[in-house]
Amino acid sequence: MELPIGGFIMEKNFDGYEEIDKSYNNWENNKVEKIKLRFPERKEKFTTSSDIEVKGLYTPLDAKDLNYVEDLGFPGEYPFTRGVQPTMYRGRLWTMRQYAGFATAEESNQRYKYLLEQGQTGLSVAFDLPTQIGYDSDHGLAEGEVGKVGVAIDSLRDMEILFDGIPLDKVSTSMTINAPAGILLAMYIAVAEKQGVSSDRLRGTIQNDILKEYIARGTYIFPPEASMRLITNIFEYCSKEVPQWNTISISGYHIREAGATAVQEVAFTLADGIAYVEAAIKAGLNVDDFAPRLSFFFNAHNDLFEEIAKFRAARRLWAKIMKNRFKAKNEKSMQLKFHTQTAGSTLTAQQPDNNIIRVTIQTLAAVLGGTQSLHTNSRDEALALPTEDSVRIALRTQQIVGYESGVTETVDPLAGSYYIESLTDKIEEEAYELIKKIDELGGAPKAIEKGYIQKEIQSSAYKYQMEIESMEKIVVGVNKFRIEEDAKSDILRVDADVEKIQKEKLKALKLNRNNEDVKTALNILEKKAQTDENLMPYILNAVKKYATLGEICNILRKVFGEYEQTVIL
Amino acid sequence: MVRPIRVLVAKPGLDGHDRGAKIIARALRDSGMEVIYTGLRQTPEQIVAAAVQEDVDVVAMSILSGAHNHLFPKVVNLLKAEGVDDVLIIGGGVIPKEDIPFLMESGVEAVFTPGTPTKDVVDYIYNNLKR
Repeated sequence: MELPIGGFIMEKNFDGYEEIDKSYNNWENNKVEKIKLRFPERKEKFTTSSDIEVKGLYTPLDAKDLNYVEDLGFPGEYPFTRGVQPTMYRGRLWTMRQYAGFATAEESNQRYKYLLEQGQTGLSVAFDLPTQIGYDSDHGLAEGEVGKVGVAIDSLRDMEILFDGIPLDKVSTSMTINAPAGILLAMYIAVAEKQGVSSDRLRGTIQNDILKEYIARGTYIFPPEASMRLITNIFEYCSKEVPQWNTISISGYHIREAGATAVQEVAFTLADGIAYVEAAIKAGLNVDDFAPRLSFFFNAHNDLFEEIAKFRAARRLWAKIMKNRFKAKNEKSMQLKFHTQTAGSTLTAQQPDNNIIRVTIQTLAAVLGGTQSLHTNSRDEALALPTEDSVRIALRTQQIVGYESGVTETVDPLAGSYYIESLTDKIEEEAYELIKKIDELGGAPKAIEKGYIQKEIQSSAYKYQMEIESMEKIVVGVNKFRIEEDAKSDILRVDADVEKIQKEKLKALKLNRNNEDVKTALNILEKKAQTDENLMPYILNAVKKYATLGEICNILRKVFGEYEQTVIL
Repeated sequence: MVRPIRVLVAKPGLDGHDRGAKIIARALRDSGMEVIYTGLRQTPEQIVAAAVQEDVDVVAMSILSGAHNHLFPKVVNLLKAEGVDDVLIIGGGVIPKEDIPFLMESGVEAVFTPGTPTKDVVDYIYNNLKR
């Protein structure tokens, strides 16, 4: 009789397993124990980042409870374990979408054109910290920060320059903006309108995920309740006016970067997702009206197989949550579509060219895990924003994996691997337990308030650091295989003049615009912010009158107040 | 009884990356120092006020946003203006090697860049206190 592969048959009492079990024990007690006497294993215990034990060998026994149709199914069908789309990369490769932006809109516009010329297939905007936190470039707190980690956008004028010569009906754009996401989205809509592109044709994403800002990223402005209101306003507005837009990118990337394990990354991200769905339903929206436009953003870290299993587990878990917990009826509501970024925190300042190899492995993880879109970090990640040469290599990494490696020719190629299926199950199981824990605390917002999520992440981060310092974990070039190095001289530097230039632009803007119109628009916004009305039309109105980002945020700060971080150490 | 070394770990400016600062804070605490962590979004004025109020021996600042050349010297100068000249000032974060001489000239005694073991920071403080 033919031995089946793992549990992919319906009858659970297949007695072939007994034979495998016997042979396995025989092999382990004889061959393995014998060899270990001569060659001890390198570690006492082998584990993944989530402390899941990794065995020496996986066999059909490790997948014997798996039911193919129920647990794996087919790509494009519930529970989407194998992918959200039936043909995946056979139809179209993932979107190659490099996060970019620095200094002024003019300079960033040039970088976007360069990247598009070099073959990237989607735009991704990085804004500077003042923009992300709702301050104009002339604000006191913007000193020293203007244009440093992204492009400075103070008004619609800057946004027009940013997308000059870029047809918004032809490209999709992701904007990494959270607290002021509605304002930047409004600017994007206004720019498109000037190009003659109606909002229903716009494709793209705004990150718009405030919960992870409180947890791990720090660019919050307003308190939680007001922030959720703005977010659900955007869900509602886009469902009618910008139906092809992904209204949120529920993020695990930053949570992972802050030190979380793979299991924690899945659990905390999906818990945040649950909170957003609950908030939207509470605001009166029907789940199938907004859920198809929710998207996710994950990290692609070092442990190749754990990462692949992580993506599959996340898809299956979210599908179950949407179907069983939120009673979604539309299949699209159950699909976890995601963007991935390779793990910045794993890249080193030492021997930076090594980072190209790290990013390649992480790219494989994301692709074998079925990502919809990908950003690959550049080799100078630990030093500065990427130079043109560095970012080109990062893009080429995606292109080589996509066009030359063959991994894209079939969907979910690692399915059926005893190890991968076992890991997928384990990650789903452990993430689910953690989500239950967060439910017990009252949901993600409450868990954040109590500091639970932050403390969990910090513990993992400290453990990871101690493992590096004890040499339990090797980082090539940092705690092993080191060399004497000169500083890498060709890194990107943002001119200090950028701040001056932006301040001049602001002065000119305020002279040239109709200040009465701006005042009126801001007054209306202030009034409406105090009601339950959807604020998007009023934000759009203010934006079109060239009210600045800071002016609009100041109104909202006035009405909503500011978030006060509780220091959790 | 020798009082423990008191350290202020601070995040100047708008940068929200606190993984490193928190790990340093914990490592210093585990080595026997008393650590006050300011949390995010501290202005130079707030950092100096805290340093004076808490009577710290060390001010350790972390910046990953590229604003270090502007914000580190500002803190140093404000401390000087307060008449504080015996506090060890150190920094860390994403700081290009070429910027370090300027920062040291500005009064930052040491800069710890990515890959630094926490032990190095602990040892440095023990060996370089000004009081």
